[in-house]
Amino acid sequence: MADLSTDLGFLRLRNPVLTASGTFGYGTEFLPFLDLAAVGGIVVKGLYFGPREGNPPPRLVETASGLINAIGLQGVGVERFAADVLPELRRRDTAVIVNVCGSGDEEYYRVIEFLDGHEGIAAYELNISCPNVKRNGACPAMDPRATREIVAGAKRRSRRPVIAKLSPNVTDIASIARAAEDGGADGISLINTLLAMAVDLDTRKPKLGNVLGGLSGPAIKPVALRMTYQAARAVKIPVIGMGGICTGRDALEFMLVGARAVQVGTANFVDPASAARIVREIGDYCDARGLARAADIVGTLKTGL
Amino acid sequence: MRREPAARIIGKRSWGDFHLLRLESPDLAAGASPGRFLMIRTSDGFDPLLRRPLSLHDAGDVWIELFFRVAGRGTALLAKKKEGETLDCLGPLGRGFRMDGFGAGRTAWLIGGGRGVAPLYYLARTLISRGAGVRVFYGGKTSAEIPLREKFESAGIPLDCATDDGSFGFAGFVTALLERALEGGRPDGLFACGPDAMMKRTGRMALGLGLPAQLSLEAVMGCGFGACWGCVHRIKKDDGGQWRKICEDGPVFGADEILWEEA
Ligand SMILES: Cc1cc2nc3c(=O)[nH]c(=O)nc-3n(C[C@H](O)[C@H](O)[C@H](O)COP(=O)(O)OP(=O)(O)OC[C@H]3O[C@@H](n4cnc5c(N)ncnc54)[C@H](O)[C@@H]3O)c2cc1C
Ligand SMILES: Cc1cc2nc3c(=O)[nH]c(=O)nc-3n(C[C@H](O)[C@H](O)[C@H](O)COP(=O)(O)O)c2cc1C
Ligand code: FES
Repeated sequence: MADLSTDLGFLRLRNPVLTASGTFGYGTEFLPFLDLAAVGGIVVKGLYFGPREGNPPPRLVETASGLINAIGLQGVGVERFAADVLPELRRRDTAVIVNVCGSGDEEYYRVIEFLDGHEGIAAYELNISCPNVKRNGACPAMDPRATREIVAGAKRRSRRPVIAKLSPNVTDIASIARAAEDGGADGISLINTLLAMAVDLDTRKPKLGNVLGGLSGPAIKPVALRMTYQAARAVKIPVIGMGGICTGRDALEFMLVGARAVQVGTANFVDPASAARIVREIGDYCDARGLARAADIVGTLKTGL
Repeated sequence: MRREPAARIIGKRSWGDFHLLRLESPDLAAGASPGRFLMIRTSDGFDPLLRRPLSLHDAGDVWIELFFRVAGRGTALLAKKKEGETLDCLGPLGRGFRMDGFGAGRTAWLIGGGRGVAPLYYLARTLISRGAGVRVFYGGKTSAEIPLREKFESAGIPLDCATDDGSFGFAGFVTALLERALEGGRPDGLFACGPDAMMKRTGRMALGLGLPAQLSLEAVMGCGFGACWGCVHRIKKDDGGQWRKICEDGPVFGADEILWEEA
């Protein structure tokens, strides 16, 4: 049986498969379907400091092999997360990464400072794709300077590793990846959802309550793979790739272009045990090819260059 | 709740766009109760991507039934499935109808519109087996849209039909038929499933009369088990309203809990 263990430098994982934020609830929703100890770790739903209302429905539209969501990060806030969810997750043998949100830089820091006072968290994933009130609705992930600043600010305050989660809605992902590295990020993860919309021709209305949403699922995999490749070539810190991963082969493709670990998102909705199945499929692939360590495949793409 | 990757189709009937499937699965049957639903894959690939929610139309010891209307690509694919094929199902999910208090000497009126009648057959059977008196109001646009009327009748369930075009039974909305019936008598509770407009009207009528009513709501569902927060509806709280998940806190809610957006 191949060795699937994954070393991110700042964090050692049992295997390279994590669950993506917002697609795995707070983790506990999946207990009827899979053993959390079977995956490398879980990234919980994005947390703002306080509870959040979220967007008016409809919040979801399905598109060709994809899903557009405009949930609006409805959630319970840090206090209830720490009181109700964390104790339950601490009893499970899995790495818990918290996806940190904010409507301004200060809110991200407040979330981190609050959670730093609680045990059972392996790292923070900074969701710098949240629309930022002070920045005219633009998210920090769209600008290298804003990315560097917010990552540096989070690093200064945090006692834990910080992963910057990048948005694909940019012209040059490499420069944003480098900005996150310059700011001191321990790793980067990408991609978040692609800005998208769907309309109803007959009623002439948008199909989402929020008009705009984010596209995920198999439809975005080629774009995600390309951006993972570009980001991995731009930085030395570990890269976690995601976007449309549904099978072990999908996961290994992201590793091939340079991702040390991967996240599984929308696939969790279709098959709630996807992440555990993908771990098995990675192992099977390695065994069939005589690969001793799954990590050996990372960044071995033969481009002929 | 569990995943049943291969529930075998052991029976099928079709009436135009409407289809009934019987699936063999002791596990799905074990968790069944009226108002709960399954999330069903309609393709082996990624298009359509998401599972589709369908209510339990009936259940026995080792089988469950689904009744659906073709509404788009997913249900069209489902309609093509044949006896002997298998379906990948997740469930049963959600909180169904609350039937406590509905035993001998109590009466329940059930109101269903179009495909919304699906869960009401199971509910009617269950309430009757508990000794409650049941009357079903069943509406559709035309007589072709109320295909289950014979099934209700042969089960001995009292049925009143309405069609918008008057091609069968009362001419008009099923809510108008209900309104008329309520002038002549009062049940102990209403149970309804159908399009939003119908639910809104039924809810308003029930509140006006002080009748308890349970309404089964619909929304596009990403997961069906509480993980995506995609399926919300506005539900009353002390301090106003709150988006609550239809898949987990519902799909059945009390008419007095539901807040409707002003249209
Ligand atoms: C809890 C629950 C129980 C249901 N039970 C039944 C049932 O027993 N029988 C039945 O015929 N239908 C039922 N439905 C509705 C059924 O899920 C939808 O008709 C189906 O998902 C449409 O899929 P499609 O691919 O055929 O259509 P699509 O191409 O996806 O959509 C066609 C149209 O239907 C709308 N739609 C899509 N999904 C839903 C949805 N989940 N709810 C409402 N509208 C939707 C779309 O906006 C679009 O306008 C239920 C829905 C819910 C939420
Ligand atoms: C319903 C939904 C909610 C999401 N919520 C979050 C979130 O809270 N924070 C975040 O960083 N990403 C969020 N995402 C993005 C995913 O984590 C992931 O980056 C994206 O969906 C691409 O992966 P996938 O194609 O495998 O789903 C969400 C995605 C979906 C579909
Ligand atoms: S459908 Fe995902 S939370 Fe209800």
